[in-house]
Amino acid sequence: MTTGSSALPGPQPGGADASVPRRKSRYSLLTRRDKLTLALMVGIPTILCLSFIWLPTLASILLSFTNWRGIAPITANNIVGFKNYEVLFTQYTLFWPAVFHNVIWLIFLVFIATPIGIFFAVLLDREMRGTRIYQSAFYIPVVLSLAIVGFIWEQMYTSQGFINSVLGHTSSDTAIDFLGNPSLNLWAVLIAASWRHVGYVMVLYLAGLKSVDPTLREAAAIDGANARQTFIRVVFPVMKPINVVVIVVTVIESLRAFDIVYIINKGKNGLELLSTLITNNTLTEASLVGFGSAIAVILLLLSLVPIVFFLTRTMRSDTR
Amino acid sequence: MSTSTNVSSVAQPTVAVQPRRRIRWQRVALHAFLITMALVWLFPIAWIAYTAFRPIGDTILHGYVSLPQTLTLDNFVSAWNEAELPRYFLNTLIVVIPALFAILFVSSMLGFVFSRFSFKLNILLLIMFTAGNLLPPQIIIVPLYRIYNWLPIPPPLSDNGLLYNQYFGLILINFIFQTGFCTFVLSNYMKTINRELTEAAFVDGASVWMIYRKVILPLCRPALAALATLEFTFMYNDFFWALFLIKDGNRRPITSALNNLQGAFFTDQNQLAAAALLVAIPTIVVYLVLSKQFVRGLSLGSTKG
Repeated sequence: MTTGSSALPGPQPGGADASVPRRKSRYSLLTRRDKLTLALMVGIPTILCLSFIWLPTLASILLSFTNWRGIAPITANNIVGFKNYEVLFTQYTLFWPAVFHNVIWLIFLVFIATPIGIFFAVLLDREMRGTRIYQSAFYIPVVLSLAIVGFIWEQMYTSQGFINSVLGHTSSDTAIDFLGNPSLNLWAVLIAASWRHVGYVMVLYLAGLKSVDPTLREAAAIDGANARQTFIRVVFPVMKPINVVVIVVTVIESLRAFDIVYIINKGKNGLELLSTLITNNTLTEASLVGFGSAIAVILLLLSLVPIVFFLTRTMRSDTR
Repeated sequence: MSTSTNVSSVAQPTVAVQPRRRIRWQRVALHAFLITMALVWLFPIAWIAYTAFRPIGDTILHGYVSLPQTLTLDNFVSAWNEAELPRYFLNTLIVVIPALFAILFVSSMLGFVFSRFSFKLNILLLIMFTAGNLLPPQIIIVPLYRIYNWLPIPPPLSDNGLLYNQYFGLILINFIFQTGFCTFVLSNYMKTINRELTEAAFVDGASVWMIYRKVILPLCRPALAALATLEFTFMYNDFFWALFLIKDGNRRPITSALNNLQGAFFTDQNQLAAAALLVAIPTIVVYLVLSKQFVRGLSLGSTKG
């Protein structure tokens, strides 16, 4: 078992021929036209990406230090320092609940949906009749947008919906208000979101499992490991790159969650999330641009954790 | 490695020694479990389909959980005609098709440069594109909304002189946002293509453009097909950008239009179920037809090569 893990193949280094010395001279082969081509190939998309993603990110940070309402031109009088953050942390009653909801969202996806997806992947990763059909069944929700997922699950949860009908709560006063009751609706929505997330994790994991060197498992079997031991001790550690991707995807999805709660009630009444607080404060009549931007900065800081984690891992292995 | 392959032939008998009965019983249990779970997973979709096929009168009289008296296509027909669904499907195509081509074209060029050249800025730029795609879009929406209402755009691309409320604006942001993901995937994919190929072309005096066009692009066809499938679905499913960057309800693509139509046209659950199903069908069909591409696209993003 131990010898097996030391011989793990990992992601193929791919075309890694060690002909490094030629690298330097290659640039001298570039003509002026080649250099222009390269500059255009990279330059135009870079300018677009900077001006439509990174400039707005920077602008959100700057706006968070103002009390701008988005109507009159912005002046030095609008600068309020950290006041928005102060209000956010101490007075704004929806902020901590939203953070809490995002955390619950994350925990639910990480500890419930993700393990179910991994479990399905492990079950389906074998020669078996009908495995493609099972995979498709679990995967179909993933191709739907979270907005459509919201519509579909509304039909399960409303007073006339499937669950209430089956429970016999047909009149609207006895029906369980899954989507309206603020202590229930987050869980109801999380089940719907997990319905989609499980299939996503399953597919990512299946792809990873397929790339595990079969000789590793054979070696583990010879050493007398049973299926569970083989998975936990041999396969799971080799799957580290996939595990990183799955975790990063899950964290980012939990921070981005928006569509499904917006469909149900625009992210109010128990369904507040940081993402919906941003839009509800800024792109509505309230138009609290400065304040909403402070929430955006909090969301940015939280998102940077998985993003930096992911990029440092992938780019480090990239430089070989 | 060679020793373990030798050993594997020895391993065969030990598997066969296990009692066959037990294995068969395990298989039956596994299938029973998987069939149950698959049915549970498909149930919500089956349920809206069932609701969609029933007339509202029937469900009012007998409740939603009841055997059908009649099944009709009426809800689909009325959703299709009264809510003018074709218009929104058309909006989706107007946005998704140009964006799709732009994404694949630009990200393949970026991937080409990032994987074939080691300029100092390359890693930094790759990080910039990838991280941009990973950001929650809500972080940038407020300034973006301002830019869209400020930046002047000439007539053929915009009929109000702005990016706001324009197909072009929606194409642009989808293109920029999704290019990050595709660039990341394609540059990883291209790193697995043997360097000798492009080196040889260089030495033979081929231009950078020729190498991209004639050597790299043809070799990337499988990855491009996979990404096209995936990106079509991603953009078809976009809800957020269209919700805040398109003002007119009738310019919205289908996924975001459904939100407006919910109150305005669909008076009952059965009709809404029919509409939701109609919106869901294209992506489900794309998946069922191109599932291999789909899964490959996702796994390309998570594994290298």
